[in-house]
Formats: sequence, C-alpha cells, structure tokens
Amino acid sequence: MNFDFSEDQKLLADQVQRYLSDHCSMQVVRRALDDGERIAIDVWTGLAEMGLIATAVEEQYGGTGAGYLELCLVAQQVGAHLAPVPFGSTVYLVAEAISRLGDEATKQNWLPKICSGEVKGALALVESMQQVTPDQIHCQVVDGKLSGSKMIVTDASHADLFVVLARTGDGLGLFLCERGNVSTRAVDSVDLTRDTAEVTFEAAPVTLLSDDGWSALQTLFDRAAVLYAFEQLGGAQAALDMAVGYANERFAFGRAIGSFQAIKHMLSDMYVSMKLAESNCYYAAWALANDAPDLPLAAATARVAATQAFQLCSKDNVQVHGGMGFTWEFDCHLYYRRSNFLALELGGLSEWEARLVDTLALAESA
Amino acid sequence: MDFSDTPEESEFRAAARAFIDENGPDYLVPYLAKSGFGNTNTGDYDTLEEAKKWQKSKAEAGWACLAWPVEYGGRGATPIQNVIWSQEEGLYGRLSGTFIIGQGMCAPTMMAYASEEQKQRFLPKLASGEEVWCQLFSEPHGGSDLAGLRTRAEKDGDEWVINGQKIWTSGAQHSDYGILITRTDPAVAKHKGLTMFFLDMRSPGVKIVPIKQANGNSEFNEVYFDDVRIPDAQRLGEVGDGWRVSITTLMNERMAIGGSIATGFPEIHDLVKNTELNGRPAIEDPAVKARLADWYVKAAGLRNNASRMITALSKGDMPGPENSMGKLVAGNMMQDIAKFAIDLQGQAGRLVDPDVAEGAARFQAMLLRSPAVRIEGGTDQILRNIIGERVLGLPEDLRADKGMPFNEIPTGS
Repeated sequence: MNFDFSEDQKLLADQVQRYLSDHCSMQVVRRALDDGERIAIDVWTGLAEMGLIATAVEEQYGGTGAGYLELCLVAQQVGAHLAPVPFGSTVYLVAEAISRLGDEATKQNWLPKICSGEVKGALALVESMQQVTPDQIHCQVVDGKLSGSKMIVTDASHADLFVVLARTGDGLGLFLCERGNVSTRAVDSVDLTRDTAEVTFEAAPVTLLSDDGWSALQTLFDRAAVLYAFEQLGGAQAALDMAVGYANERFAFGRAIGSFQAIKHMLSDMYVSMKLAESNCYYAAWALANDAPDLPLAAATARVAATQAFQLCSKDNVQVHGGMGFTWEFDCHLYYRRSNFLALELGGLSEWEARLVDTLALAESA
Repeated sequence: MDFSDTPEESEFRAAARAFIDENGPDYLVPYLAKSGFGNTNTGDYDTLEEAKKWQKSKAEAGWACLAWPVEYGGRGATPIQNVIWSQEEGLYGRLSGTFIIGQGMCAPTMMAYASEEQKQRFLPKLASGEEVWCQLFSEPHGGSDLAGLRTRAEKDGDEWVINGQKIWTSGAQHSDYGILITRTDPAVAKHKGLTMFFLDMRSPGVKIVPIKQANGNSEFNEVYFDDVRIPDAQRLGEVGDGWRVSITTLMNERMAIGGSIATGFPEIHDLVKNTELNGRPAIEDPAVKARLADWYVKAAGLRNNASRMITALSKGDMPGPENSMGKLVAGNMMQDIAKFAIDLQGQAGRLVDPDVAEGAARFQAMLLRSPAVRIEGGTDQILRNIIGERVLGLPEDLRADKGMPFNEIPTGS
C-alpha cells in the first residue's frame, strides 16, 4: 500500500510546472484572450515537443508510454496555468477514444500525428440547450457520411479530427471524422481564453469507432473525468495560492487582511475543499492507471470534488480581492471563468452527482 | 502508487484475521453493530468490562497498540500494518473507545518525556487496557485559549501541590491515571509558565463530577484538585515547558481521531435506500442524490486523505496541521446528515425513543451529539485558524495578551 506519486513522477510534474511558468504565464493566457485566437499555439507545440501530449499513448503509436499517473500530473499543471490549449479535447477525449476503440489502422494513422502535436482533436456531442440524453442526438450517418450540426464543441475551430456521437440506422454510434466537409463557426463561451464553436458536418466521411456509441461515450467519460478533475484541481490550487498571496500582502485597518478571521476562515474552507478534491483525485488516478473495477465511482467522486473545489476557490478568490477582484485587469475572473467552463465539460455537477450515486448503488450490488 | 497489499501485507492481514476469528467476542457482534453515535452498544454486557477483556486478549497475543515498541507492550508494527489491523478488527474496534485517549494521546507523551522506568511500568498496562488514562487539559477558563489555564502547581520539597479545576475530561470516571497540564509560574507570559505531569487519579484531593450534557448523557467530567500532591518524578518535560509537551499530545490527537472519524455517511446512505419519498425510494430523487453525492465526496476525501497520511507516516513524516481538517469536515457533515435524515422521516423524525424511532433513533442521537463534535478537541473556528496560520501561512490574529505576564491578562471577570 503506497498512496503517493513516485519521485520520478513528481520530477515530471516539476518539469511541466517550470515549463508552463516560463512559457504560459498570465500574459500568454491573456494574449489568447485579447487576440481572439483562443489558443496559445506555441504552448501547444512546446507541450508536444516535450512529449507531454504523448504521455499515456503506447510507444508503438508514437507515445512515450509513461502512463496515466503521469498524465494526471501533466493535466494538473495544464489546469493550474489556465493553459489555452486543446489538451483535454485532444488527449483525454480524442486520443483516448482512438486508443480504446479504434482498430489497428486507425491507431497507426492518427495516434503518431496526435502525439507530435500535428493533429488536434475535439469531441462533437451537444445538440441542444439541455443536459445531453441519447434522444437529443439528431446528427446522422448514412452510407458512411455524417450530416448535422453540433451546438457547442470545445476547441473545434482548431481541430483537425472530431469524435462525433451520431445516429445510425438503429442506434447511436461513435465516429471519427476528419476536418474536410466540416465547417465551424466560433461562438463565445464563459471562458474567453478557450475556443468553442458550432460545428456543421455536410456528408463528411466517417470511421466507426463503436456501434454502441452511448455506452462507449460513458466509458470514455469515466476516464476523461479523472483527467479533467486534475485540471480542476490544479486550477483550484492556483486560485487558492493567488488568494493567500493577496491576503498576506493587502493591508486594511492597519494589518494584513489575512489576519482577520473572516478572511482566514474563508481561505481555510477553500483549502479543505481543495484538499478533499486532491485526495479523491489521487485515488481516481490510481483507479485510472490500473483499470480498477471501481473506476466509475472513483472518477465521479474526483470529478464532483474537483468541480466543487475549483468553483469555490475561484469564486472566493474574487471575494478575497474585493473590488479589484472584479476588474478585467486582475486575473481572478480568468480562474472564475475557467472553473465554470470546466464544470460543464463532460456535463455539469448535477449530472456527475447523479452519476456518482447511481454508480455507488451498482458498486454495492456487485 | 499502489493500493493493493504486498505479499507481506497479505500475510499480515491473514494472521490478523485468524486471530480475530479465533478470539473476537462474537457474542457482542449484534449489539456492536447497533452502536449509535457516541456510545458503544454491548447489550446486557458491561461495556467497560468487555472492552478491557478484548483489549487484554489482544495484548496477550501481541495485537494491542501495534505501532508501539515491543518492550512497551506493542508489536513494533508499521503504520500500514496498523491500518490493516483496524480494517480487520472491524466492529470489535468499537470496543476501543475507552482506550483512545490513553493510548492515542497520553502514551505518545509518556514515550517522549517519561523516564525509562516509568515507561516500563506504565505503557504495557496502558496497552493491555488494565489501566485507563485520561487527559486533563481544558478548563473553564482555558478551552480554545488552552494556554489560559489556571490550575496551579506549587513546588513543596520533592512534590508539587495542585489546586484548581479541569473540565471536559472524557472518561475520568474510569481512569487510573491522567496527564495534567498546570500553571507553575503566573508571572511570565501564558505559554511560558506551564508544566506537565502525570498523576494517579485516585490521589487524595482529586474529585470527579460527571457533567450532564445537552444530549442527556455523561461522557465528560469536571475534575477538581484540592491540595493534590504529585511527586516531582512524575513531571513530564522541564518546568515551564508544558506548552511544548502538550503539543506532542495534541499532534497525536489529530492522528488518533483524524483517520477513523465517523461521518454518518453509511447511515444516511442506508436510510435513503430504504425510505420512500413521493412513492419512490428517496435515493431516486435528484435533490437527495445531490446531497448524497456531496457527502460521499467528503467521506471518501477524508478516507483517501487518511491513506495519504499513513503513507507519509510510513516514510517517517509527522502528522501535520493539515490533518485538522478531518474533524472540521466530519462534524459539520454529521450535523447536516442528522438534520436531513430526520426531515425525511417527516413528523415522526422527532421521536427519540429507541424502541420506536427509525434505526433505534440513530439519527436523533446524531442530531443531539453532533454539536459537541464541532467543539471537542478544537472548535471549528480554532481548526480554521490552525489551517489558515499553520498550513497556509497567514498572519496570526492580533492577540491582546501577547507577551503579557499571565497574572496581568484581562479576564473580564
């Protein structure tokens, strides 16, 4: 029994941390915000060159084969630095879908290009202003060609490859679709450092990944939830650090505001929430790396905890900063926006709460 | 990172299970399973007697206080073996409540500060449950501000004479010995004039008065000292160093309660599966799901946090101030759970008669006991201060008595 990352894994996290501190500072994040591109392409290239996109991909497909524990730590740093890169879409969703569901030719064809950073991905799922259910999916594949529209697709404007949930003759399938015959129209989201777009497929050729698309998607979500939870955890820690820094520096009534219990106790509650998320994330990382039978429960637990933690830490980071926290100039809103953006990736808190409880019942009856 | 047992751990687990299967007081299982929050149910059997019996049989076979050195009655086990033992001990672990303070807090203080001879004399009997210990810290004037305590110790030859009053002493009525923090010098700053001792609870001049608590039970006591004499040889640490000594005790308190703290989750999960709401099992209601998920996340977070603490301990680290969060989270959670559970029971939720109320009134007992969880061993507010100051490094609050001699500090009375 050993509940900690290894020294090598921690070393990797330090390297990623240093790289992103140097190359993905808040100025870089803000550039993605201001120039409307909503991607820091140099950071993406840098992550690819360091082999980080390839962290959990098998070596025969261009990966480094390091593994999922390592990938969790990379995700945590990506989250902490609010990196405006399609890391989650490409790595946790598209590369995962191909690795888990693709045939040999598909893996050979795409994974090396994803690992090198050449191909970026996106998951095209949502078609209506509601929590996603199978009966809302109207995009359709007929004779190997996909047609229809997806309402909000994270990282779509820069994507070369889509994983798409679409209707087949008798059910839902999960498909892989290249960029040709696909048009995107960028739309603003709550997080303006991240790209989101409406995507339209017009008889676009697709490759089938799974003919039981809905259930394949749920399995994909169980795995991706752990990785997004690490991003959220990183964000929560960064927002907490920012708040603590300010509480130590900012004086009012002749003393540092962090010495007032009203502020101190708020910061302590942020810490507790972050720490609960961290410990749940650690367990989920282990479950992910070992394909443990309780992965669905561990994933939902980490996901709910990390969503709560990032939302609380980013919200109260604004509060600790007072009026300055509500300015465009201060970075508080960037964390606040990202926390609310990530909270809805893969479906929101209430969906994951329900999922957690349903999984708990299954885990018990097993 | 690995949650599976190593071959050595599996072997250890099998040995522990074999001992427990062979020797556990299985006649108590149906009662222990029904233990409500804050009391151990042993049916018609005497709880203290049964607790001592089980402890003794564990000690004789080397299964008591596993992490202690063998010469003091332990097994020299690793922190992880200790966890494996408690997982296997299961329900029987509920019999250990009487010994938690003595073994979890007094013993580490004795190990750090008592003489070798004293350790040989006292620790094995503490491990075997033959002697029960209590901790005499809190006072009417020194609760959250523990260092504000007033119980005096005055030197008289080779002895110290103790006068004053302690309060909130759990288990004083069953205790043979206690560790006691006193003020030996009122003319210096409050943290500097304290000294720690241990004493025989049957010493002349010690008077124990049970406190009738708000929930009607009496787990806690007031302890009065009227010219109680303690040999200087029973001093723990230097004169004036009592604050530092008390930190050893309090740090171990975190470890003693941090890992295994009750949250009420299994109980509420059981209730919502078996109670109807609008004609369906309550667990199917989205609002119930949301709450249940939130509580599960907290309970799992504490459990996983405890696993991390054990990993840190097995690498030789001390339990840090971050473990203050365990009780902070669990106490609030338990109070919320009790309130919600009773709400689900409708007007009948008000019943507290165990013969009538749901689950022998487990949630009602929780409702009435949980306010104390948020106070005992550090209030929610003190714990948040500890996290804020000692973990996050925030500045201390302004202290009106800072550096002031104890006897000049305003008391408001």
